[in-house]
Amino acid sequence: MFPKIPRVLRLAPLALLLSGCNMVIMDPSGDVAMQQRDLIIISTILMLLIIVPVIVLTLVFAYRYRHTNTAAPYDPEWSHSTRLEVVIWAAPLTIIVALGALTWVATHLLDPYRPITRLDAARAVPVESRSLTVEVVALDWKWLFIYPDLGIATVNELAAPVDTPIDFRITASSVMNSFAIPALAGQIYAMPGMMTQLHAVINKAGVYDGFSANYSGAGFSDMNFKFHGLSQADFDKWVATVKASGSGAMDRAHYLDLVKPSIKVPVERFDGIDNGLYQAIVDQCAEPGRTCMSDMMRSDSNGGAGKESGATAPGSATPRAADPQRLNSGARLPPAP
Amino acid sequence: MTLSPDLLKFVFGRFSLASLPFDEPIVLGTFIMVALGGIALLSVLTYYRVWPYLWREWFTSVDHKRIGIMYCILAFVMLLRGFSDAIMMRAQQSMAFNGNEGFLPPHHYDQVFTAHGVIMIFFMAMPFVTGLMNFVVPLQIGARDVAFPFLNNFSFWMTVGGAILIMMSLFVGEFARTGWLAYPPLSGYDASPDVGVDYYIWSLQIAGIGTLLSGVNLIATIVKMRAPGMTMMKLPIFTWTALCTNILIVAAFPVLTAVLALLSLDRYVGTNFFTNNLGGNPMMYVNLIWIWGHPEVYILILPAFGIYSEVVSTFCSKRLFGYTSMVYATVVITILAYLVWLHHFFTMGSGASVNSFFGITTMIISIPTGAKIFNWLFTMYRGRIRYEVPMLWTIGFMVTFTIGGMTGVLLAVPPADFQLHNSLFLVAHFHNVIIGGVVFGVFAGINYWFPKAFGFKLDAFWGKVSFWFWIVGFYFAFMPLYVLGLMGVTRRLNHFDDPSLQVWFILAAFGAFLIALGILAFIIQMVVSVRNREALRDWTGDPWDGRTLEWSTSSPPPDYNFAFTPIVHAHDAWYDMKQRGHTRVTAGYFAIHMPKSTGTGVILAGLSTAFGAAMIWYVWWLAAVSFVAILAVAIGHTFNYARDYFIPVEEVIRTEQLRTTFQAAE
Repeated sequence: MFPKIPRVLRLAPLALLLSGCNMVIMDPSGDVAMQQRDLIIISTILMLLIIVPVIVLTLVFAYRYRHTNTAAPYDPEWSHSTRLEVVIWAAPLTIIVALGALTWVATHLLDPYRPITRLDAARAVPVESRSLTVEVVALDWKWLFIYPDLGIATVNELAAPVDTPIDFRITASSVMNSFAIPALAGQIYAMPGMMTQLHAVINKAGVYDGFSANYSGAGFSDMNFKFHGLSQADFDKWVATVKASGSGAMDRAHYLDLVKPSIKVPVERFDGIDNGLYQAIVDQCAEPGRTCMSDMMRSDSNGGAGKESGATAPGSATPRAADPQRLNSGARLPPAP
Repeated sequence: MTLSPDLLKFVFGRFSLASLPFDEPIVLGTFIMVALGGIALLSVLTYYRVWPYLWREWFTSVDHKRIGIMYCILAFVMLLRGFSDAIMMRAQQSMAFNGNEGFLPPHHYDQVFTAHGVIMIFFMAMPFVTGLMNFVVPLQIGARDVAFPFLNNFSFWMTVGGAILIMMSLFVGEFARTGWLAYPPLSGYDASPDVGVDYYIWSLQIAGIGTLLSGVNLIATIVKMRAPGMTMMKLPIFTWTALCTNILIVAAFPVLTAVLALLSLDRYVGTNFFTNNLGGNPMMYVNLIWIWGHPEVYILILPAFGIYSEVVSTFCSKRLFGYTSMVYATVVITILAYLVWLHHFFTMGSGASVNSFFGITTMIISIPTGAKIFNWLFTMYRGRIRYEVPMLWTIGFMVTFTIGGMTGVLLAVPPADFQLHNSLFLVAHFHNVIIGGVVFGVFAGINYWFPKAFGFKLDAFWGKVSFWFWIVGFYFAFMPLYVLGLMGVTRRLNHFDDPSLQVWFILAAFGAFLIALGILAFIIQMVVSVRNREALRDWTGDPWDGRTLEWSTSSPPPDYNFAFTPIVHAHDAWYDMKQRGHTRVTAGYFAIHMPKSTGTGVILAGLSTAFGAAMIWYVWWLAAVSFVAILAVAIGHTFNYARDYFIPVEEVIRTEQLRTTFQAAE
């Protein structure tokens, strides 16, 4: 999507700062993060076109027109020049027009809700490839990852095969967090009662840091996990290990245990899942006795509890899997039917 | 006799001895130090019988100059508090590696970073800016006071009330552990049932009333009380920025009040505006708080821009380049300030079109801001730059702020923000613009107007020492944070696993230490200047060869500011008067009509603070009593008809003759 940047330029910001430190954002391993890195570099170069002259001129003028330098011209009444005014408004404007156009295009292409169309700069997503869906729940203070297609779940450990599109569905149990794996792709908020999405792909096998990037209370600093980018073979092996672990299913009982606040939770693996659980979490009714948001909204749209209270009694014993169309997914509310 | 728990609960609400920090040695130690210091200060004041003087001449004063000075003192005290928080955070983050948990457990650390943000914005930057506007604006427009002098006094004391509550939270109970904007659901009752968030809400609500009223006051002052001949396009630039800032205040602060009121309702009476269930939606809070929060940024920076404009033109001995475009740039920024709030949460999941709209509007703000930088630059061009302390701060600002502006525009690119949001890169960015922009501006302003306020200049040597420690310290403290941000480190972390990060945190802590020396040098500068005040004395009232009207009167100005209201013919009115051979009129004085001091502001603010404390601790009887008392005092004050007096003509003559004598002696 972006003009090819010469290798040297790509390395310039790295070389400028001390080498040796691992600047994951400038040297990521996933294609989305890579494009975001390129965007950071291009925008910075565009802005430096105006920033550098301003700083240099400030220092030059500050030195040249110092009080003691009586040789410099002094013109106390000079305060207007139409030509200069045009330049000082037009120059930043030009940069912003360029940057604005770039922003518009990049924001749409890199919209986290948009399924990815390429594995990296050279390869498009093959037609026959299937994406890996991961349902992410930010809990107090750990991460639950549910793999609905594989029937497994993990806590504080995430794995995905390289060069396979990953489709994250993200929510939270109680407070706001932000789901961040800088090596893979930019973050997006995890919010209770809502579902956000992130599409990404990892290109290099490796172990990467994942964490919450939005302060969420006492256990926030330890709300970390490792993201394993694995070759397809290794990933299959990993899945098999999880399935063979005999650790029990991530069902409602386990979830209610897990949802209690805890800090520094070790990696846990579950060899089965309760299929309705994730929807119930998003719908805020995984705990028994709570009315699902979707039921409440349906009741409200039908005139409220007064009319329909019999149909959806609060505290109905078995929370139903929500109709995904009625879920409030992030900031994007579906149009009212 | 034993008291029943019910009675105790009725009298003290949820306060008990357990609310005091007996088990936290750091807080207890601080408390003992503050208490001893406070008792010592109070004893000294009492021993020298300063109270009646303070009460009569300062606390109850409606003189905009004294209120402005009191705002600055409050801001400086709060700077020390907020900076102690900063030092604690930098120390914690530089040592909490390799399993070392540092010296601040999360329970304490989370309060520290929340308090740091709240104090620095609401009780350091705001009072400094408000104080400078209060002091300077009426003088710059040739007025005798602000439009509503009593309201001004009341606003100040409400700000003090908020500050008292936030200071109280350090020792009685605790402060919020939510981050400085207290996003729900974390700040809701379920996640934060204790007093912390209530301290947050009530200190901001009480101080917010003061800020809003002072905004109304200054707008009315600038619109209605300009000297004859001072049309809008002859207004000094600082006053222009003050006008735009106060328009922003009046339009933005009610939003803050409303959103905090909704949060209070959620917490106190169980409504569900921002809860997770029953139809609540926390995203609404995030939007509303930033609809206030982004204009707030410009509320702080615009007056700083105004200060730089005055300083650069004065110390280059040259007209400001592009006055008209400077005014338009200010107005454009004022309007655009309302169109960018969503850039604080691109990561919340808005659509690409919404995100790019707010990204691009944000970038557009950099155009007028860039024009301003160029205008200062071309004011320096063919000038004669005198490197007094205010000018040093201005040059430091121009270089530093440009870098902060660049990283800000970078953050406005949504896909880049997905990576950098909430990282230490962001923390570095906003400190870069707030320290490099607002704080530098405040120091420039203090060094520039101090001689006007007190009649003697500040010591230049210690001023320069302070400047150099601040600017070098700033780069040491925040450039490492940019690097850490690019290394993917998020903010508000209490401890770290990756040992390769530590060196950067140590560098940042060193920077904070240099800034501490900068603050110390500023205190020394004050002490040295007061000691050497006779040597630094300025009898002329115009020590910098100024260009605007405040320099045409004596330093410090008399209570009435100007014996005769100046008549304005040009922009840079005082420079124009000097060019045309202005001579001071020394006859024909008359008695001057002035507003009278009143203690009502102190009393009302005191009652409001009591009301806030009562609400925080659920002491309902005290809340009811203080609320009724507020109404009674406010209504009672409307029957106070002794609000004004005349300064007798003899006193005016005496004051003005004194000035003539001193000027002759000069």
